[in-house]
Amino acid sequence: MEVLLSIAIGVLTACGVFLILRSRTFPVLLGLTLLSYAVNLFLFASGRLRIDAPPLIRAGASYADPLPQALVLTAIVIGFGMTAYLAILALRALSESGADHVDAHKGP
Amino acid sequence: MNSNLLLLAIPGMAFATFLLPLLLQRFGRVAATVAAAAVIGTCLALVLRLAPAVFAGETQVARVHWLPTYGLDLGLRMDGLGLLFSLLICGIGLLVVLYAFYYLPGSDRMGRFYSILLLFMAAMLGVVLSENLLLLLVFWEITSLSSFLLVAYSHDKYESRIGARMALAVTGGGGLALLAGILLLGHIAGSYELSVILAAGDQIRAHALYIPTLILILLGAFTKSAQFPFHFWLPNAMSAPTPVSAYLHSATMVKAGVFLLARLHPALGGTDAWFWLVSGTGAVTLVYSAATALFRHDIKGLLAYSTISHLGLITLLFGLDTPLSIVAGVFHIINHAIFKASLFMAAGVIDHECGTRDMRRVNGMFKRMPITAALAIIAAGSMAGVPLLNGFLSKEMFFAETVGHPQFEAVSWLLPLVATIAGMLAVAYSLRFVHDVFFNGEPIDLPRQPHEPPRWMRAPIELLVLLCLLVGVFPGWTVAPLLDVAAAAALQAPLPEFELALWHGFNRPLMMSLLALAGGVFIYAMRGPLFAWQEQLPPLRPRTAFERGYRLLAGAARRLVALLDNGSLQRYNALLFSFILVLGSWAFFSGPAATVRLPSQPAGEAAYLALFALLVGSMGGTLLYRKRLLAVILVGIVGLIVALIFVRLSAPDLALTQLAVETGTIILMLLVLYFLPVREAPRSSASRLTRDLLLAMFAGGGMALITLQMLAAPFATISGFYLREAVPGGGGTNVVNVILVDFRGFDTLGEITVLALVALASHALLDRLILTAPRLDSDGRPWSSEAHPLFLAMMMRPLLPLSLTISVYIFLRGHNVPGGGFVAGLITSVALVVQYLANGNVFAQRRMPRNSAGLLSLGLLLASGVGMASWLFERPFLTTAHGHVSLPLIGEFELASAMIFDLGVYVVVVTVVVTVLSGLGRLSARAHNQEAGN
Repeated sequence: MEVLLSIAIGVLTACGVFLILRSRTFPVLLGLTLLSYAVNLFLFASGRLRIDAPPLIRAGASYADPLPQALVLTAIVIGFGMTAYLAILALRALSESGADHVDAHKGP
Repeated sequence: MNSNLLLLAIPGMAFATFLLPLLLQRFGRVAATVAAAAVIGTCLALVLRLAPAVFAGETQVARVHWLPTYGLDLGLRMDGLGLLFSLLICGIGLLVVLYAFYYLPGSDRMGRFYSILLLFMAAMLGVVLSENLLLLLVFWEITSLSSFLLVAYSHDKYESRIGARMALAVTGGGGLALLAGILLLGHIAGSYELSVILAAGDQIRAHALYIPTLILILLGAFTKSAQFPFHFWLPNAMSAPTPVSAYLHSATMVKAGVFLLARLHPALGGTDAWFWLVSGTGAVTLVYSAATALFRHDIKGLLAYSTISHLGLITLLFGLDTPLSIVAGVFHIINHAIFKASLFMAAGVIDHECGTRDMRRVNGMFKRMPITAALAIIAAGSMAGVPLLNGFLSKEMFFAETVGHPQFEAVSWLLPLVATIAGMLAVAYSLRFVHDVFFNGEPIDLPRQPHEPPRWMRAPIELLVLLCLLVGVFPGWTVAPLLDVAAAAALQAPLPEFELALWHGFNRPLMMSLLALAGGVFIYAMRGPLFAWQEQLPPLRPRTAFERGYRLLAGAARRLVALLDNGSLQRYNALLFSFILVLGSWAFFSGPAATVRLPSQPAGEAAYLALFALLVGSMGGTLLYRKRLLAVILVGIVGLIVALIFVRLSAPDLALTQLAVETGTIILMLLVLYFLPVREAPRSSASRLTRDLLLAMFAGGGMALITLQMLAAPFATISGFYLREAVPGGGGTNVVNVILVDFRGFDTLGEITVLALVALASHALLDRLILTAPRLDSDGRPWSSEAHPLFLAMMMRPLLPLSLTISVYIFLRGHNVPGGGFVAGLITSVALVVQYLANGNVFAQRRMPRNSAGLLSLGLLLASGVGMASWLFERPFLTTAHGHVSLPLIGEFELASAMIFDLGVYVVVVTVVVTVLSGLGRLSARAHNQEAGN
C-alpha cells in the first residue's frame, strides 16, 4: 500500500508541475488542483497509513493519527478557495488583456 | 517628574514633534523656525533637568520592554558621555536653527528643512542616549537616512544628489557592518544592554570572535566618522547647505563614530588589535587629511578635510588607549565641535555674502566684514592650536600622550614626530584660511558686494567663539566638570590625575607646539612651490572611482534582475521548482540513509485498480489538457479516487470533505471554461517541453522517494494527547472535528478568515467585470439558448430541503461522528449552487440572502465571539465548555460550546462557496444579457 501511495503522489506531483508550467491559465488551474491532491495526500501520509482505524473514540479500538487529518481537512477547503480565487483572477486577466496567457499578454 | 520618564521623554518628545515645523510652515518661516527652536529648546531643558544627577555621579537607565525575545528594549541611559553629547546636539542645534533662518533664501519656507533637521536631531539624541545597542543601531540608521535628506536638500543640484548618495552608500554600508558587529557582540556578551557589555570586557576580549567583532564595529565607526579610506564622502557632502555642514559634518553626526569608540572602548579596547587598528587609522587620517586640506581652494573643502583630520586625531587618541588619552579624546570632541561649527558658520557667511567660496577669489574680507573676520580668525586659531584658545589645551594633551607611549618604546620618536607634522599642517591650513580669505589683497571678480551679515546671523558664531575663549582661558571653571563626568563614563574607571591648565611649565609638549607653529608658518610661506608641486601630481579622484564602482554595481544588479525577473510567470515557476529540487535533493542525499524496513499494509486488488484509475485520470488529464472538457472530467476522476483513498485509509472526514469540494471544483471549472477563448494555444517549443518534462519527472520522482522515505522512518506522533483528551476535554468522539473546533480552534479561525478574504477578493474582482459570451463551443456548435431544462429544474427544487436536512444532520453529528461545519457547509453550498444551475440566476437570486459581506462577518463573529465569550469566565481565548442536554425525540446528547464555533465555520464556508460560484454564474448571465442587447 505504501509503495502504491508513493507512486500516486509522485505521478500527481509530476502532472501538476508539468501543467503549472504551461502558458495558458486553464492548464495551470488543473495543475494546481493536481498538485494540491499530491500535497494533501503527502501530508495525510505523514500520519502513516492505517486501515479500519478511524479516529472516532470507541471502546477498545485503535486509531489513525487524527492530527494530519485535521490539517488536511482545512487544507482541502483552503485549496478550493485558492483555486476559486485563481479562476476568477484568470477571468479578470482575460477581460483586462483579452487573452488567457498567464503573463496577461497575447504572446505565444 | 520621575527621572526615568524624563529620560524617555527626550528622544520620545523629539520624535513625536519633528513634523511641527512642516505643519506650521504655512504660517510663515518665522513660525517654522520658532517651532523648531521650541522643540530643541524643550529637549535641552529636559537634558539640563537630568544633568545634576549625572554630575553627582549617577548613571540613569530607563527601560520599556519592547521586543524582549529579540533582546530589543527601549532602553535609554544618561551618563556623562550621553550628557556631553546631548548638550552638544541640543546646544549647537539651537544655534544652527537661528543661523539657518538667515542662511537659507527667503523664498524657502523652511518647514521641510527644519523637520528633517529635527528628525536628525532626535535620532542623534537616540544614538547617544541608547542603553540597548540594537536600539542604538536603529537610531544610527535614522541619522544616515536623515543626513541623506539634508545633504540632498537642494535636490535640483546634481552635486547635492551625488554627494547625498555617496554619503548614504558609505555610512549605510558601515551601518550594515555595525549591525553584524553588534549582533556578534550581543552573542558574545549574552545581552545587548550596555551595562552588561561594558562589564563583560574580559569575556569579550578573550572570545574567539573578538577580532571579527572589533573589525565590523570599527567599520561602522570609521565610515561614520569619515576615517581614511572611507573619508571621501565627507568633502562631497559639502554640497549640503552650510547650516547642515556646521551641524552634521562638524559637531554631531561625524562624531557618532568617535562616540561609539568612546562608548565601547571599555568593552573592546585594551588589546593590541584595538591599538593598531584604531590608532593606525587615526594617524593616517590625521596626517593625510591635514595635508589635503592645505591644497583645497574651496573654503568648505578645506574645513571638511580639516574636520576629517581632527576626527583622525580623536580616533588616534582613543587608539592610544591610555586613561589620559581617552580624556584628551573626549576633550577634543568638545573643543572641535565648538570651533569647527563656528568656522563652518563663518564660511557660510562668506559664501552668503560673496556668492563663492573659492579662496583664490575671496580675499581681503577683513576690511569688508571686520567682526566676522575677527571671529573666524579666533576660531581658526583654536583649530591651529594657538594658546589661550580651547583647541590648544586638547592639542597639548595629545602631544603629551604621544611622548613615551608604552607601545612605542623602540621608536619613541615616531609618534611625537607624526603628531608634530600634523600640528604643522594644521597651522599651515588654518593660516591659509585666515590669510587668503581675510587679507591677501583685494577680492577678484566676486558675484556680490560683500558686507557684514545680519546681526542675528552672526550671533551663533559670536557665542561659539566666546566659548572657545572661555574654555581656552578658564578651563577649570568652565568645561572641567563636564569633561570629568564624560571622560569617567568613557573610561568606566576612576579618572586619572590631570590638570586643565594653560601653563604646565616648559616641557616637551610645549616645545612640540612651538615647533608646529613655526613649521606651519614656514609651510604656508612655501605655498607657491608647494601648490605648483601639487598641481603636477597625478590627481586622486575618489569620487570618480566611487561613481564608476557604483555604476558597475548598479548595472550588474539590473542585469541580474532582468535575468530573474523578465515578467514571465513560467520562468519564475521553472526557477522556483528547480530551486526546490536542488534544495530537496541536497537534503535528501545529505540526510541519514533510511535503513528501516518499510511497514506494509496489505494492498488488495481494489488498491491497484484505484491506482490505475488515478494514473489514467491524472496522466490523461495532463496529456489531453488541450481538450479542456475532457481534462476536467479526468481530473474529477482523480479527485474521486483521492476521496476513496481517504475512505480506505481511515479518514472519513477527509473523504466527505473531498467529495463535496470535488463537486464545487468541477462546477467552478466548467463556469470558467465557458469564458476562456476556444482558440488553441500554440504548442510549446521542443526545448521548453523538454525542460518542463524533466522538471516534472524529477519533482514527481522526488516526491515519491520522499514519501517512501517518510513512511519508512520511525513514527512518533503527538496525537496521543488529542486521542486521550477528545472526550473528557472536548466533549466529542470525532477527534478530527474536536481538534478543528476546539484544540486547534485558533488555527481554524485563521483559516476561515482566509476563506472570507477569498470571497471578498473574488467579489471585488468580479465586480463590474464584463466578458463576452462565446457564441460557439469548442467543437463549433452554437450554445443552446434554452438555459434551464424544465425537467432538471423540477427535479432539483424538492431536492433542496432534502439536501439541507442532510447537511444539518451532518453538522449536528459532526462532533461525534464524521461531519461538522466544513463538510456540512460544503454540502449546503453545493445544494444551493445546484439550484442556480437548474433554475437559473433569476430564480435563485430572488430566494437568496444578498448580503454576503454581512454573512461572512456573521460567521467570523460567531466563531470569534464564542472564543471571546470565554474571557467572561476568565478563561483564555477559545476555551470551550460542554455538557449533556436532553431533548424530546432526539434524546440525550452532548452539547459543546464548540458547536457555535463550528456554526461560524459553516456560515463562512457556505457564503464563500456560494458567493464565488454564483458570482461566476451572474457573470455569464451578464454576458448573455449583453449579447441579447446587441
